[in-house]
Amino acid sequence: MKQINGLDKKGIQRLLVRMAHEIVEQNEDVDNLAIIGIQTGGAHLATRMIGVLKDITGKELPLGILDISLYRDDFAELGEGHPQLKATDIPFDVGGKDIILVDDVLFTGRTIRAALDAIVDFGRPKVIQLAVLVDRGHREFPIKADFVGKNIPTSLQQEIYVRLKEEADDGVFLIEK
Amino acid sequence: MEWKHKHLLTIEQLSKEDIEYILETAVSFKEISVRSVKKVPTLRGKTIVNFFCEPSTRTRMSFELAAKRLSADMLNVVSSSSSLSKGESLKDTARNIEAMKVDMIIIRHSMPGSAQLLADCVSCSVINAGDGPHEHPTQGLLDAYTIKEKKGRIQGLKVLIVGDIAHSRVARSNIWTLKKLGADVTVVGPSTLIPAEIEKMGVNVSYYLDEEIPKADVINILRIQRERQDRNFFPTLREYIQLFGVSEARLKNAKKDLLIMHPGPANRGVEIDPAVADGPYSVILDQVTNGIAVRMAVLYLVSSVGSSKKVKMKS
Repeated sequence: MKQINGLDKKGIQRLLVRMAHEIVEQNEDVDNLAIIGIQTGGAHLATRMIGVLKDITGKELPLGILDISLYRDDFAELGEGHPQLKATDIPFDVGGKDIILVDDVLFTGRTIRAALDAIVDFGRPKVIQLAVLVDRGHREFPIKADFVGKNIPTSLQQEIYVRLKEEADDGVFLIEK
Repeated sequence: MEWKHKHLLTIEQLSKEDIEYILETAVSFKEISVRSVKKVPTLRGKTIVNFFCEPSTRTRMSFELAAKRLSADMLNVVSSSSSLSKGESLKDTARNIEAMKVDMIIIRHSMPGSAQLLADCVSCSVINAGDGPHEHPTQGLLDAYTIKEKKGRIQGLKVLIVGDIAHSRVARSNIWTLKKLGADVTVVGPSTLIPAEIEKMGVNVSYYLDEEIPKADVINILRIQRERQDRNFFPTLREYIQLFGVSEARLKNAKKDLLIMHPGPANRGVEIDPAVADGPYSVILDQVTNGIAVRMAVLYLVSSVGSSKKVKMKS
């Protein structure tokens, strides 16, 4: 497991601050924004993003967390069992909102597909934009992030692991399988 | 935690960890029923049959809603309008249902062990929705879920199960569930309706309701099951009400945070007074709401094992 250069606790925070500025720049109506983080890495990042956006705009945006397990497209083929469910808690009406969907790593795009389906089951947002800390490539679906912390080209033999303070010391790591 | 059970036949067969895992999984499902779109796509393409050979409103509806909210296709077979009434055996009916390629059969039947019998003769998953007076596992689970939701714990709570213990599958599934989770369970009723040697299940026995009420954290009140009683187990209904009917007056020495539960259908004015059923302690309707989340969790977990078998068969 090798840490990606510069992506320690401070580095991750720097990426979040830059993304937050981009989000504010591209969304004039800050009052209509809401953040939804995907369990579990995206949920941690979304919580931090709320803090950074508060520093920039002075406003505390609504935060939702989303578990996409029930929307996976491979449930029938999982074989080994089932994903362990985590909480979904979206305490605001998504209808008409500008949603920023937050995840740690963008890979095949299947998680995001599932998250989009889940969100529209809660209502009809005006816009959904995607913010990811790391884009590692290898998309299987036509999905593209609106805000990317860092592009890290990888091979399929590698894995990206984003460790956040909520678990242990922060860092983005490259793992060879 | 890995879930390994392809069927849910009894609580007796489950470990403490299995039970806790179902209850934990059910928490995630509860939120789905309060969304405006009450549906997730998880079991899309799965076919589930509700095979009910005894009358039921709550359980059948609850399983049906649970399946539909998981996007499974659900159909109902009711014994009175099926070929069972023409003399076809249970096994044959089940095998024919299975030949139509269903993924899961939920069975209610008056014969103890019928769910096990079915599980032995079909290859799809089987869920017991009540087999005679034997077990009703999802009721035991949803009662435990409701207690845990309201009290925050089950370990160490004093639970009374009052009434017709002898004919009650709810009593048996509740006893197994609550004992495995560490509750202190006492069964209360007329001696004729308390089976011999029930102490071996780890419960206390009492014939005096008034002595037990002040100590109780939870009272689960059972229906007098006239349809299963082949003779008179007590002299008159009036005497039963006087000794074991849960009334407001009886609850005056009860703990302030007592929970009153009833699996339904309730005979108001018999085992439970209307004022108690609708009173401040009652969580009877919470039990019904929670039943859907618990059954969604059971369908979700059981079908994950069912499908793994199929994948293995392909390779």
